[in-house]
Amino acid sequence: MSARLDQLCDRLKAAFAGRIGEPVFALGELTIEVDAANYVDVMRQLQGHPDFKFELLLDLSGVDYSTYSNWQGKRFAIVSHLLSISHNLRLRVRTFADDEEFPVLPSVIDIWAGANWYEREAFDLYGVHFDGHPDLRRILTDYGFVGHPFRKDFPISGHVEMHYDAEQKRVVYAPVTIEPREVTPRIVREEQYGKGGAR
Amino acid sequence: MSDIKNYTLNFGPQHPAAHGVLRLILELDGEVIVRADPHIGLLHRGTEKLAETRTWIQSVPYMDRLDYVSMMCNEHAYCLAMEKMLGIEVPLRAQYIRVMYDEITRILNHLMAVGSHALDIGAMAVMLYAFRDREDLMDAYEAVSGARMHAAYYRPGGVYRDLPDRMPQYRQSKFKKGDALKQVNEDRQGSLLDFLEAFCGRFPKYVDEYEDLLTDNRIWKQRTVGVGVVEPERALNLGFSGPMLRGSGIEWDLRKKQPYEVYDRIDFDIPVGTNGDCYDRYLVRVEEMRQSTRIIKQCIDWLRVNPGPVITGNHKVAPPARENMKANMEELIHHFKLFTEGIHVPLGEAYAAIEHPKGEFGVYIVSDGANKPYRLKLRSPGFPHLAALDEIARGHMIADAVAIIGTMDLVFGDIDR
Repeated sequence: MSARLDQLCDRLKAAFAGRIGEPVFALGELTIEVDAANYVDVMRQLQGHPDFKFELLLDLSGVDYSTYSNWQGKRFAIVSHLLSISHNLRLRVRTFADDEEFPVLPSVIDIWAGANWYEREAFDLYGVHFDGHPDLRRILTDYGFVGHPFRKDFPISGHVEMHYDAEQKRVVYAPVTIEPREVTPRIVREEQYGKGGAR
Repeated sequence: MSDIKNYTLNFGPQHPAAHGVLRLILELDGEVIVRADPHIGLLHRGTEKLAETRTWIQSVPYMDRLDYVSMMCNEHAYCLAMEKMLGIEVPLRAQYIRVMYDEITRILNHLMAVGSHALDIGAMAVMLYAFRDREDLMDAYEAVSGARMHAAYYRPGGVYRDLPDRMPQYRQSKFKKGDALKQVNEDRQGSLLDFLEAFCGRFPKYVDEYEDLLTDNRIWKQRTVGVGVVEPERALNLGFSGPMLRGSGIEWDLRKKQPYEVYDRIDFDIPVGTNGDCYDRYLVRVEEMRQSTRIIKQCIDWLRVNPGPVITGNHKVAPPARENMKANMEELIHHFKLFTEGIHVPLGEAYAAIEHPKGEFGVYIVSDGANKPYRLKLRSPGFPHLAALDEIARGHMIADAVAIIGTMDLVFGDIDR
């Protein structure tokens, strides 16, 4: 780990002792995990505190961990990527929504105005609700879309298809007629696969 | 006096100044914008979801179709993220080629941005001239990948193939013959690098011409100076990056601050604006074109004298040479496994970002060790910019909305993904 990330790691531990999990360092990136209860507090300090100064919320996205490897944790996560221009550092913050049926997390829109559309997107695609968001509408999907398409249990072909009906003179929706098709199956190989010497 | 209610105007999605498929609901008080509500998603193709069902390498061409005016930069971020997870070293020559093509892409993008911005607010000629230069650069794309736009040239581990020794030439036709034919083929006698060097020679003069048309143009200045001002603190809070951030006076460029590939070996400057208005952002883009030309020149000089491999020798990631595949059993197996099953990326997550012409383009990958991504998130630079349209446009006249959309350099393939 580089000296500067080391320092950031120590500062994080000192400032948020007990409120964040152990910072994880992998591939040159630092990741912290925060409980939903401490999420906004931690984010506010990360943005404002002179030790951190993460002025930019670069990205905020949902992740559905339901089919991930042998996952035991909660299903929906919100992953934010922060960038500090003053310190030239990046940080990834992950927080999990407690409820699977109705995932709710507090909004960070008061801290970074740029979170507005990112939270709308996560709501649209994953169905995560953001408490305190003033305008939580769908953003990318169609008007009147049903469901949250990026969840792992949503089929890639969707549920409805649309076509123009000449008699009714309008576009009509109907259940999909296409079958999902997988050309290359999803394969996870064991660790030593193809390395040789395991005979 | 009878009550005058605010007037709601639907702008787009089919409007020439909407840069694609932006639908904008404008609430107007007379001619003043009270609220702007962009409706996006009309070009949403679910690239991120589609990528989950395709092998890692199959998603590379999808990246071209995100921001379809800066194709190779999108591929670049995706390849960088994969290389980070795979722990692969990219050959130096491939890094130079990538940097050179990134800068070609930056010029392509900025020509489009400045040209269409000018077209939107009434200056027709710039767009026409810009397309003359874009044509040359797209020829450079074609020479190297076979496609003018959707190149799929960058691959995890390097680039698909080395630069060609011969630049394709125009053939005689009904429209091009005699002296005209000779003239268009004049720069195409040598290699691709010769062609690009000739381009770099003439392009700065062309940029001067664009500046002649716009920089001191009274109408252009009236339409852009003081319009869409973004304070630096606000720009950060709204998540801006690229020329939108630099236009507000914040010196932040990943190529300098967090250099990737060989940018740390190359000499160039970052232009920064002072007022944060549309005019400053225009000046930043123009200067970036000049700096890109400088970078391309340095890359050409290096590439001329340093031959070498352009893709990694790790055949779990990049295919073996055709010749070896025919003669060598192991390479045959590698080839077969790579093209039927694909690359396996180790369990974990990574975020890689590049200085895309529009801002920071990031790719966040979560992998469960399979031959397909578990989750792919694309951080498109245009998304937060458009999100801030409401805030920036509020209080401006309706005609300024078009100037602001133009200065944001929106491309919907990138915003809607």
